[in-house]
Amino acid sequence: MALAKKDILDLASLSTEEIQLILDTAENMREISERPIKKVPTLRGRTVILFFYEPSTRTKLSFDIAAKRLSADSLSISTAMSSLVKGETLLDTARNLEAMKPDVVVLRHAYSGAPHFLARHLKAAVINAGDGTHGHPTQGLLDMLTIRQHKGKLDGLHVAIIGDIAHSRVARSNCEGLTKMGARVVLAGPPTMMPKGIESLGVTVAKSVDSAIEGADVIMMLRIQKERQKSFLMSTEREYARCFGLNAQRVARADKDVVIMHPGPINRGVEIAPDVADGPYSLILDQVTNGVAVRMALLYLVSGGSRNADTD
Amino acid sequence: MPILIKGARVIDPGHLDDIRDVLISKGRIEAVQPVGTLAAEGDGVREIEARGLWLTPGLVDMHVHFREPGQEYKETILSGAQAAVAGGFTAVCTMPNTKPVNDDETVTAMILSKAAQAGLVRVFPVAAISKGLKGEQLCEFGELKAAGAVGVSDDGNPVINGQLMRRALEYASGFGLRVISHCEDRGLADGGVMNEGPRATRMGLAGIPNACESVMVMRDIALSKATGVPVHIAHVSTAESVSAIRRAKADGIAATAETAPHYFTLTDEAVEGYNTHAKMNPPLRSEADRQAIRDGLADGTLDAIATDHAPHSVMEKEVEFDRAANGIIGLETSLALGLQLVRDGVLDITTLIERMACAPARIMGFECGVRPGLVADLTLIDPLKEWTVDSRNLKSKSRNTPFDGWRLMGRAVMTMVDGQIAYQIV
Repeated sequence: MALAKKDILDLASLSTEEIQLILDTAENMREISERPIKKVPTLRGRTVILFFYEPSTRTKLSFDIAAKRLSADSLSISTAMSSLVKGETLLDTARNLEAMKPDVVVLRHAYSGAPHFLARHLKAAVINAGDGTHGHPTQGLLDMLTIRQHKGKLDGLHVAIIGDIAHSRVARSNCEGLTKMGARVVLAGPPTMMPKGIESLGVTVAKSVDSAIEGADVIMMLRIQKERQKSFLMSTEREYARCFGLNAQRVARADKDVVIMHPGPINRGVEIAPDVADGPYSLILDQVTNGVAVRMALLYLVSGGSRNADTD
Repeated sequence: MPILIKGARVIDPGHLDDIRDVLISKGRIEAVQPVGTLAAEGDGVREIEARGLWLTPGLVDMHVHFREPGQEYKETILSGAQAAVAGGFTAVCTMPNTKPVNDDETVTAMILSKAAQAGLVRVFPVAAISKGLKGEQLCEFGELKAAGAVGVSDDGNPVINGQLMRRALEYASGFGLRVISHCEDRGLADGGVMNEGPRATRMGLAGIPNACESVMVMRDIALSKATGVPVHIAHVSTAESVSAIRRAKADGIAATAETAPHYFTLTDEAVEGYNTHAKMNPPLRSEADRQAIRDGLADGTLDAIATDHAPHSVMEKEVEFDRAANGIIGLETSLALGLQLVRDGVLDITTLIERMACAPARIMGFECGVRPGLVADLTLIDPLKEWTVDSRNLKSKSRNTPFDGWRLMGRAVMTMVDGQIAYQIV
């Protein structure tokens, strides 16, 4: 089985079978990173461009490692060195990239829909590495992989996502992916950060953080950005931590086998108490490890998948 | 040479709806008579056979952006005029957000001189309320009026300061200038790029709530009441604004309002796929809003249909959605989209012509009608002509329309301005 579309732009456009395939493939890929020689020749001769219009350390590194472990030639462009600073439009940049015949373009962009725009103009596969507040599908997939790894399933799980839903592409991708895979997603956070009509994604909005967490199998905390004070979305970090942050008392309301996740980078002491972030139920670093596996799986699948199976 | 338009159905709202022969001479309507009763005066009369066609007062678009001076690559007064007459319009009001801004009599005079050179359509400049559209200092309304401005507006920008709006209404009333208000609370807009709601949430685009428009509509109604000066509300897009205007009219407040074809035709669904040709300000709204706009047009709460014709080149539109410029062109599709309202049973044809010609003319103080003695600004419409919008073949310099490829019915087959044929489909 292969993916139906050339690009990975969001999880809404993937079928449950495709998500299953990606997660299963990632499961296999994880083993490669455990080897002493962490490299297979699968994507030898393929060119992967990492195009990051927005600062990112973790995601870019994760994609870069994933490409290199599959023997693809990966190279990265970031805003500072790109022609954007010289006033080139995304369309012109896309045309120039196209002329260099890349196989995969991984795009991180501050504006929602930029990967869709690029995908329309490129023959290469486009993977969305985070666009504005729209989506971060590879994060959603790595979160699902991590949950599945620890819970053995996604179907029927109660997942609480807490924080600034309105500005979180991670939350949107997780809502799309998890509901598609049968999980029950409950959101909570300050009402100022709850976007209008989010229920249309098949999720429910809880009245309080405590009620969202009640009996949860998974708690996913979102990063809170201090800049949000400027648009009157929150009062102070102090109050945020008290009313919406995750601490040990709140964790106690969840299922006894609860796992705790965070897409990072974390603000210790704001949305998550340090002892919770470092606690035994925290999967924050597992997420990072799985990120490489998921991105390896995606690079492999968008490059033709089983047609080029060569993982040994 | 005099022109005899023979056998058209003459639709002159409030005056006539019947088959007539119409004789035009020396820029004026000379006679409107039952078919065959006007004796053709020999070879000196050009006859136009118009059976099956509708002859209406010239359509008036009271809200267009021609980009001259300053952004001639998007539209010039000439290309805008060509688009206008191709759409059946005989008069347009041009908004002041040119570069430089039309906040000075020399800019007004320049626009009028270019319009005279183009010679196709009547161009009525709307000048700025505040210098540079900055909301800080009143423009010289007296001089602008003397130079030919018919109204004032900071269109594109809202007048944020309530006192400035109040004074603008008062000051404009002394010069007989119509004040047109772009209603938007910039704080509530907060950088939004589409209608707030489930679709914006799913697409990760910042939303603009309905209240962003309606709170300012309500303010301007209150100021109109306080000053006793009429205010005209531009491009109404929300149900809440329609109700506020309906209440104001019932209370006897002299508020008038317009909406645009895209607000009664499309919803924010058109934004799907990050379609920048569906990005405008105010944004396309929900289905409930679209219905409310249609109801507002039907009961007269919304007096006029105006296009907010806003040409942009691919440079402003073939970009990321957040970065794309607001606005679409509308002059050449407006009539056909209006006629769809008639086929949908929202308006009768007389009311449509009222909304597209007589009401805007009345609001801006122009004459309008198909009656002897009036200026011969006329539109001849083939209501059954089917055509496909092809953005490459439009007269406008720009291509930014969400209606590209749409199959539409009805269009202007001849546009007459001042007794001269400004546009004709052969």
